[in-house]
Amino acid sequence: MTTVAAAPVKPAKPATMAQALNRALRDAMTADPGVHVLGEDVGALGGVFRITDGLTREFGEDRCTDTPLAEAGILGTAVGMAMYGLRPVVEMQFDAFAHPAFEQLVSHVSRMRNRTAGRMPLPLTVRIPYGGGIGGVEHHSDSSEAYYMATPGLHVVTPATVADAYGLLRQAIASDDPVVFLEPKRLYWSKDTWDPERPAEVEPIGRAVVRRTGTSATLVTYGPSLPVCMEAAEAARAEGWDLEVIDLRSLVPFDDETVCASVRRTGRAVVVHESPGFGGPGGEIAARITERCFHHLEAPVLRVAGLDIPYPPPMLERHHLPGVDRVLDAVARLQWEG
Amino acid sequence: MTVTEQQGGYRPSPPPAWQPRTDPAPLLPDAEPYRVLGTEAAEGVDPALLRRLHAELVRGRRYNVQATALTKQGRLAVYPSSTGQEACEVAAALVLEDRDWLFPSYRDTLAVVARGVDPVETLTLLRGDWHHGYDPHAHRVAPLSTPLATQLPHAVGLAHAARLKGDDVVALAMIGDGGTSEGDFHEALNFAAVWQAPVVFLVQNNGFAISVPLAKQTAAPSLAHKAVGYGMPGRLVDGNDAAAVHEVLADAVRRAREGGGPTLVEAVTYRIDAHTNADDATRYRGDAEVEAWRAHDPVRLMERELTARGLLDDAALDAVRQEAEEMAADLRARMNQDARPDPMSLFDHVYAETTTQLREQREMLRAELAAEQDGPEGRDGRTAQEGDRR
Repeated sequence: MTTVAAAPVKPAKPATMAQALNRALRDAMTADPGVHVLGEDVGALGGVFRITDGLTREFGEDRCTDTPLAEAGILGTAVGMAMYGLRPVVEMQFDAFAHPAFEQLVSHVSRMRNRTAGRMPLPLTVRIPYGGGIGGVEHHSDSSEAYYMATPGLHVVTPATVADAYGLLRQAIASDDPVVFLEPKRLYWSKDTWDPERPAEVEPIGRAVVRRTGTSATLVTYGPSLPVCMEAAEAARAEGWDLEVIDLRSLVPFDDETVCASVRRTGRAVVVHESPGFGGPGGEIAARITERCFHHLEAPVLRVAGLDIPYPPPMLERHHLPGVDRVLDAVARLQWEG
Repeated sequence: MTVTEQQGGYRPSPPPAWQPRTDPAPLLPDAEPYRVLGTEAAEGVDPALLRRLHAELVRGRRYNVQATALTKQGRLAVYPSSTGQEACEVAAALVLEDRDWLFPSYRDTLAVVARGVDPVETLTLLRGDWHHGYDPHAHRVAPLSTPLATQLPHAVGLAHAARLKGDDVVALAMIGDGGTSEGDFHEALNFAAVWQAPVVFLVQNNGFAISVPLAKQTAAPSLAHKAVGYGMPGRLVDGNDAAAVHEVLADAVRRAREGGGPTLVEAVTYRIDAHTNADDATRYRGDAEVEAWRAHDPVRLMERELTARGLLDDAALDAVRQEAEEMAADLRARMNQDARPDPMSLFDHVYAETTTQLREQREMLRAELAAEQDGPEGRDGRTAQEGDRR
């Protein structure tokens, strides 16, 4: 009997979300010569968060380009590059620094496919580090996803795990639609077991994932608030609550099916996010749940969101960000007595 | 006196990192707008080109008149006329090769038509049955841009991409004087110069941004001078002299194609009509000014030149006018047919794949349309009035 020795399998090591994103860019650029990265400081420096580290060295300045410091110009030229058949990936240095590019995003990127009756789709990805919790001063911690969600024609995607960071970014770059890819900068250095040589397949853009199953209530969240909700769910066990946690992954398209299937089972829901609550994603999500699952609800859908204030100074930001206690307080208010 | 000087070690010098970057002198525009017609330079122009420009100018003027008439007949929702600016519109289209790209603004439908796009497809935006009726890739013409100057960075990016791919493609982007105040104008010119992208920026300085005159728009010596700040040449040209505009643009296109980088061209012209049919120009300008510009009309300037040199006889002129009439008649006939855009197409091109949410809304609209077809009784037997009350 002949035995074939199996190749020794190296155990996967922990990797950070930043490393997974960097690897996704590298792999996408290797797989498709039309993928071009452009942004501020993405070249020699490798980006202020090092997400583009080594790309210029490996692919040259024409593939990973330091641009002039002008976000509308960066995105506007990326539009022209996409018109000519390239697949640009734009890096906006910080959330609030993406705002100068808002007109290009809203007036052109989101609607070029529509304006031209499908003749000129724009396959481009806009990467934006977003959210707080890193001690950033003033304009370095915004969560602007509500603006992007309110713009038809854009996909709005945000990973919360290392595997998703890689998988969703590869999907975003491969998509024939423009994708606003929101990277929770607080999680850049979060680690998980992940094998860059055999990256796990992840669910497609547009699908939410149940990260923790439970029966008492559903926490609906995404991006930087996922770890908060997971921690809250663990803590809730002491109170006798078995919480289900849904990671939306994609705000647009929105996965009504997964969210509603969960809420119909549990009968209670809390939506958790960092961006301000008023006019925020949570309002839309709560409304969608209520419209679809009203007769299954035991309590109103609650929101735990950032305060309705401009992003606070770093020494006060912990009071602004939804934390475990605020999530548990909301769960406690889900009319358990009845 | 500083300590260094006392010690005798002080030598005045520029700051350490400073060095002269670019000599501004060659980038500066001429003191006066460059002209060809009626000057000695005209004799050097190929008569065939002059005749071609003339025929396009006559067609262009007729197109402007016809499109304006279509607004009065309710066939166009709005028309921003380029009457008086035909020389710029026509020359911009004619200087480009097939493989080049044109990036027009909303006032540049004539340039789009002169490039060979079907006028009915070009006017779709202004008729209102869809945003853009033509295939941008078919004639290498980007969608007409309504938000001012926002298409300029697109032109830069496309030209840059073409160069990266090794294609000798040039992009020509059109903008008005008002648009030069927009941030995207600045960013596009800056990117183009830094990247040495093969782009030509054509500013039609027609005197007004709707009602606001240029003096309230800029304090620059001229719009062409703005080029110097970006490190690219600025050219100033008589925008009603089709031969001059053609020559200046052709030079800029050649320069871009040969790797010489971008050029900013300011064409000094005048918007003879109001901003659109919905505007009242008498509120902000006088007749005398308009009449002075009518005397400098681009079609007449060209006809004077051709006639003086015996390049245009009555028969040739009639033939050109006849051809323009036929174009106008065809446009009129086709625009007089009712456009019937399909409401269900509203959901077709929002995303590559229609989302669940849009599929739900599509079904809602389908039901509404079916109910409309069923007549005033409505689908469940209620009258429309009852339905409204509920």
